[in-house]
Amino acid sequence: MADFIFFNSYLILLCPLLSFVLIGLGHLRSDNRFVAKFAITLSAISCGYALLTALTYFIAVMGHGHPYPEKMALDGAWLNFSPTLTANLGIYLDPISVMMLVVITVISLLVNIYSVGYMKGDSSFNRFFALLALFSFSMLGLVVSSNILQMFVFWELVGVSSYALIGFWYEKPSAVAASKKAFIMTRFADAFFLLGILLVSFESGSFSFQTLNSPETAALLNKNILFAGMSINLLTLGTLLIFCGGWGKSAMFPLHVWLPDAMEGPTPVSSIIHSATMVVAGVYLTARMFPLFAAAEGTLFMIQCIGAFTALFAAIIAITQMDIKRILAFSTLSQLGYMIFSLGAAKVCADGGHHESSVNLLGYSAAMYHVFTHAFFKCMLFLGAGAIIHAVHSNDILKMGGLKSLMPRTYWSLLAACLAIAGVFPFSGFWSKDAIILTALQSGHYITFLVGLVTGALTAFYMFRFFFLIFHGEARSKLHDVHEDPWMTWPIIFLTIPTVFAGLLEHFFIAEVIPPHFAETGHFAHPGWLPWLATLAAVIGIGGAWLLYGKGKTEAAARLKSMFGPAYTVVSNKFYIDELWLFITHKIIFACIAAPIKWFDRKVVDGSMNLTGWLLQVGGKGVRLAQNGQLQFYLGATVLGVIMLLFLG
Amino acid sequence: MTLSHCIALSLILCGIGIFGMMTRRNLLGILLSVEVILNGANINFAAFAHFKAADPVAGAVFPIFVMAVSACEIAVALAIILSMYRSKKRLDVYRLEELNG
Repeated sequence: MADFIFFNSYLILLCPLLSFVLIGLGHLRSDNRFVAKFAITLSAISCGYALLTALTYFIAVMGHGHPYPEKMALDGAWLNFSPTLTANLGIYLDPISVMMLVVITVISLLVNIYSVGYMKGDSSFNRFFALLALFSFSMLGLVVSSNILQMFVFWELVGVSSYALIGFWYEKPSAVAASKKAFIMTRFADAFFLLGILLVSFESGSFSFQTLNSPETAALLNKNILFAGMSINLLTLGTLLIFCGGWGKSAMFPLHVWLPDAMEGPTPVSSIIHSATMVVAGVYLTARMFPLFAAAEGTLFMIQCIGAFTALFAAIIAITQMDIKRILAFSTLSQLGYMIFSLGAAKVCADGGHHESSVNLLGYSAAMYHVFTHAFFKCMLFLGAGAIIHAVHSNDILKMGGLKSLMPRTYWSLLAACLAIAGVFPFSGFWSKDAIILTALQSGHYITFLVGLVTGALTAFYMFRFFFLIFHGEARSKLHDVHEDPWMTWPIIFLTIPTVFAGLLEHFFIAEVIPPHFAETGHFAHPGWLPWLATLAAVIGIGGAWLLYGKGKTEAAARLKSMFGPAYTVVSNKFYIDELWLFITHKIIFACIAAPIKWFDRKVVDGSMNLTGWLLQVGGKGVRLAQNGQLQFYLGATVLGVIMLLFLG
Repeated sequence: MTLSHCIALSLILCGIGIFGMMTRRNLLGILLSVEVILNGANINFAAFAHFKAADPVAGAVFPIFVMAVSACEIAVALAIILSMYRSKKRLDVYRLEELNG
C-alpha cells in the first residue's frame, strides 16, 4: 500500500503540469470563474496527495527506526551519456523533500485561492493561473529530483516561471526591467552551478545524489590540482561552484539585488515565489548535498560568512524602507541569511568541538525547520500585504495607518505573523530561530552568534515598525472603500494555524530531519539562558518599534532620522549596491569588454562578410553582361569555343 | 568520287549552315541553316559508311535517325516560331532579346 502511494507520487507534479498545459493552451480566453475553479481543484488534488504521501512516509518509515531512510519512489533512465554515466528522472523522497512537498502544495493551494480575489478583473487572469501552475510544477520537480542534472533542469524552469511572473504586468517598464534583472542575475549564478555539476559529476562519474553524498565521493574529490600556478582543492572548488547556484537563487549578498526589485510582480507571486518557496531553493540545494558540503570545510565556512553577513545587512536596510513589499523582501533576504548560516555553522570550529564528530546536525535540522516555519509566516505576511495594497491602492506605508478597525481579520493574523518572525514565544519563529542561534553558539563561531542575536532584534524592530505604521494611529491619507475580500482573507486566516502552532514540531524536526551518513549526533551544550536572551532581543526590538511608531506617528522617527543624517541616506539607498552593480556592468563590463567586442564584431567579422557579399555581387554583375539575349552572340561564342577545342585537342 | 570529296562537301555544307545561322536575322532563315548543318553531318555519316565500314547498313541507319529527329525538331521549332510571330509580329532575332540577363 505504501509503495503504491509512493509510486504514484508523480501525481503531485502531474496536476499542476496539467493545469498549466490546459489553461495555457486551451483556456486563455475562457471564463475566469471556470479557470479559477479548475486551477484550485487541481491544486487541491496535488496538495491532498502530497499530504497523503507525507503521512504514508511518516507511518511507513516509522517502523524502520532512525534515521529516516530515503526512498526512490520512481526512477527511470532519461539520458544515457555512456554505459557508466546516466542521468535519470526520478522522485526521491526523504525527510526534506517530503517536507517541501507539503509546504509547496499547501502554499500553492492557498495562493491560488487568494489570487482569485487579488487578480479579480485583471485582463490576464487566466495567464496568471497558468504561470502559477507552471511554477508549482517546476518547484515540486526541483525538490523531488533524484539527481543533480534533473534538479538543474527544474532549477532553470523555476527561474523561467519566476521571470514570467515578475514581468507579469509587462506594460509596466519597471516590471520588465525587474524580471530581466532577476533572470540575468540568477542565470549568472547558474552558470557556475552548471560548472560545479560538471566538475563534481565528472570526477565521481555519477549525477545521483545518493552517490554524490556518499563519503567515497568526498574522499575521491578531496585532492589538490594545480591550476594557473595555484593549488586548488577539487572538493572545495566543486562544492563552492555548486553553492553559487544557491547564491543567486537564494539572493545572498552581493547577488541579492534582484529580490527587492522582483516585488514588481503581483503580490501572490511575491508570496509564493519570492518568499516561501523558490528563494529557499538555494538553502534546499545546500541541504540536499549537505554530506558533500560537510566534507569541504572551506565551503561551509564561506556559506556561514555569506549567510550571516546577508542576514545582518538586509535587516539593516529593511529598517529604512518605506515600500510595504520591499520591507518584506529585505526581511526575506535576512531570514534566508539565517538559514544559510545555520547550514554553514553545522561544522564546528576545530577548538570548539568536544566530540570526534565535528559536524553538528542541529544546523541542518534548524535550517530546514526555519525553511518550514518561515514559508508559512512569510507567505502570510505577503498575502496580508497584498490584501492591504488591494484595499489602499498604494505600496507606501507612510500613506497607510489606522487600518486596524477597517481590516480587523488581517490585523490579528498579521500580528501573529509579526510575532512569529520576531521570534516571540510560543510562535513558530521562536523555535526555529532559537535552534539556529543555538547552532551558531555551539559551533563556536561567536561572531555569527552575535550577528544572529542582533539580527533577531533588528527583525523584531522593522517588522513592528511595518506593523504599527500600517495598522495603528490615524490614517495618513484619504482612504475610501477599504474592505476585506473573503477570497483573500481566508487563506491568510488559515495560515495563522501553522504560524502559531508549527513550534510543536520542533522535537520532530531536530530528531528526524537529519542528513544521511551522519547517524551519530555529537553532544553539545544547550545553555538554558539562550531562549531568554533571544526573547530579550526580540522584546528590545518590539519595544523600540513601539516607542518610535507605536501610536502610528512618524515624528519621533523623523527626529532620530535627522540625527543620523548621512548614515541614514546610505542605508535607505541600500548601501548603493544597485548603483555599484550598475557601475560594474555599464562602466566596466559594457565599456571595457563589450564595446571592443562589439567593435570587432561590427567592423571585422561583419566587415569581412560584407566584403565577400559585395565581391560576389560585383562579379555577378560582370557575368550577367554576357547574357545579352542576342542569339547570334551565343552562337558565335559556341563556334569560337568549338574551334578553340579543336586547336587545343 | 572519293571519301575526301564527300568530307569536303559536308564541310562546305556545315560552313554554309554556320554562316547562315550567324548572319541571318530572320528566325526562319536560322532554322533552314540548322537543317543545312544537319545534312552536312548526314553526308559525313553516309560517306564513312560507304567507304570505310565493314557493314554499310549500320552507317546508313544514322542519317535516318537524324532525319527523323530533325523532322520533330522542325515541327516544334515552327510551332514556336509561329506563335512568336503571332504575338510579336516580327521574327528579327536582333530585336528578340527579352531573355537578356
